[in-house]
Amino acid sequence: MNQDADKILEVKNLQTHFFTDEGTSKAVNGISFSLNKGETLGIVGESGSGKSITSLSLLRLIPSPPGKIAGGSILFKGEDLLTKSEKQMRSIRGNEISMIFQEPMTSLNPVYSAGEQIAEAIRLHQKLGKKEAWDKAVDMLRLVGIPSPEKRAKQEPHELSGGMRQRVMIAMALACHPEVLIADEPTTALDVTIQAQILELIKTLQKDFGTAVILITHDLGVVYETCDRVAVMYAGKIVEYTLAKEIFTNPKHPYTIGLLNSLPRLDMDQEELTTIPGTVPSPYNMPKGCSFAPRCPHAKGICEQAVPDLQAIGPSTEVSCWMFTPQWEKAYDAQEKVGI
Amino acid sequence: MFVFIIRRVLQTIPVLLGVSLVVFLIMQMVPGDPATLLAGEGATKETIESLRHELGLDRPILYQYVDYVLHAVQGDFGESLRSSRPVLDEIMVRLPITLELALASIFITVVLGMIAGIISATKQYSAADISIMIVALLGISLPSFWLGLMLIYFFSVNLHLFPVSGWGTFSHMILPAITLGAGGAAIVARMTRSSMLEVVRQDYIRTARAKGLKEYIIIYKHGLKNALIPVITVVGLQFGALLGGTVLTESVFAINGLGRLIVDAIRTRDLPMVQGGVLIASVIFVFMNLAVDVLYRYFNKRIDLN
Repeated sequence: MNQDADKILEVKNLQTHFFTDEGTSKAVNGISFSLNKGETLGIVGESGSGKSITSLSLLRLIPSPPGKIAGGSILFKGEDLLTKSEKQMRSIRGNEISMIFQEPMTSLNPVYSAGEQIAEAIRLHQKLGKKEAWDKAVDMLRLVGIPSPEKRAKQEPHELSGGMRQRVMIAMALACHPEVLIADEPTTALDVTIQAQILELIKTLQKDFGTAVILITHDLGVVYETCDRVAVMYAGKIVEYTLAKEIFTNPKHPYTIGLLNSLPRLDMDQEELTTIPGTVPSPYNMPKGCSFAPRCPHAKGICEQAVPDLQAIGPSTEVSCWMFTPQWEKAYDAQEKVGI
Repeated sequence: MFVFIIRRVLQTIPVLLGVSLVVFLIMQMVPGDPATLLAGEGATKETIESLRHELGLDRPILYQYVDYVLHAVQGDFGESLRSSRPVLDEIMVRLPITLELALASIFITVVLGMIAGIISATKQYSAADISIMIVALLGISLPSFWLGLMLIYFFSVNLHLFPVSGWGTFSHMILPAITLGAGGAAIVARMTRSSMLEVVRQDYIRTARAKGLKEYIIIYKHGLKNALIPVITVVGLQFGALLGGTVLTESVFAINGLGRLIVDAIRTRDLPMVQGGVLIASVIFVFMNLAVDVLYRYFNKRIDLN
């Protein structure tokens, strides 16, 4: 669905596993997606679906041990990041691909000033002197909408509010004009009013810098407002991969439909919110078939026996569900569907 | 910061007054009469009484104490009952030796302890980590007088590398400093390790990695400064233990420092000497604590005196 020339990042069959005493957890279990220049890809899913691990894997920041990227490839501008040396990765991190984290409260170092933490990245990647890097850090703070940036640059994180800290993080991430920005739930820890401002800021800067953004979130509203395309993750896999607007008007995967139904709607008279019955399976004890089958209202026997592939069912939509395969009609109903 | 230091200095005054009172009262309570000891065996009751009067020991306790404090703030700690020389003069001869020993030991405590702790933390569960932790456990467990004797036995008696006892040259300093600093170094190593292990799991370390920084910059710039905050507290506390430890170490290595001076003074009921010595040691301890607080605040500006 995309021109290859525009592809800046292409992830193929990425697998990130954690090896612990309890067994192997396949936190990211063979996911593939791509990102075009300047576009915004949303990755949604509930806690534990593997969204954050995916984002950390892209920068090879998985804590090892116990984590390890067990397979697949991450093509950045055509080159596989998984074959790069640690030194080569360092020159990419914070420079060509940078990242904003969920917790602005703890993601900044408490003992260094905001300006120093931004200037540090600039000195490192752009080889600027101390003074120039500092001036640029102040400029970045101004750009992300921090009032009196000269003064704020000298302050330490504990003197800044949560929203301001996240702005500092954004300034830090964009200081070297990266081609890809990974934003891992950038607004989750913030007040609702600040959330909108931060998203707006990311969108504006993205346009100015031409940065492609991977936005990790569990908020479907955020996806609708900011993303071009979206990948819905469940238990370490992508279950639906489509255009952001499609997902609201025409969701395919039963999990996506469940997620949408559990959103409060203002335009409908809802007595109560629908929930998805059951819980996410334990990463150490994944079902043999489709990992959503135990919670799926449509599941048949086939769903519990084999994992469906992610396959195109339209010009811009891919779904991993047996319902969209030719086998579905022939499949018999599950005899022993788990008690839901 | 300036106001902070001034305020902290003022706070030391009641502490020192308290210390002087406690020292004074303890010396009043211990059995044994300095006048009797000083007069020597076979002295008549009259001699002892007149000596008591001369020394002011027959006056009310409160009066003696106030008198003592008023003189002490002017640097007059009275005269030694034994040598009849001013207490301060005697202390000033011994103090530099003890301070040298204490500083050499604190150097070993801080430098050795921190380096070992950092190696341990960055190479968690490696052979180096395990060996360092075993040595640290030994360091904490071994009593310093035993360690001192063993060091003398191996390095001085058998290998003739260092002098057995005494003070004066650099080589005199090494074994006592190790003896005195080993326990502290072990505690600092364990503290640095656990603090560092906690810090490297923090979100801001992940941020530093995401920035593309080199691993050693992450550890030494972003990690260490945060990890040091609890370590500084421990070092400050260690300094107190260290001052106490000088008494033992000075005895083992026959060093004529402040510790030995105080011990000898206690043995001979040399009241003014004990009071002066303990008070001077307390002043040093209190000001070391002050230095620790200032350092602590430098490393962690979130600390507010209020």
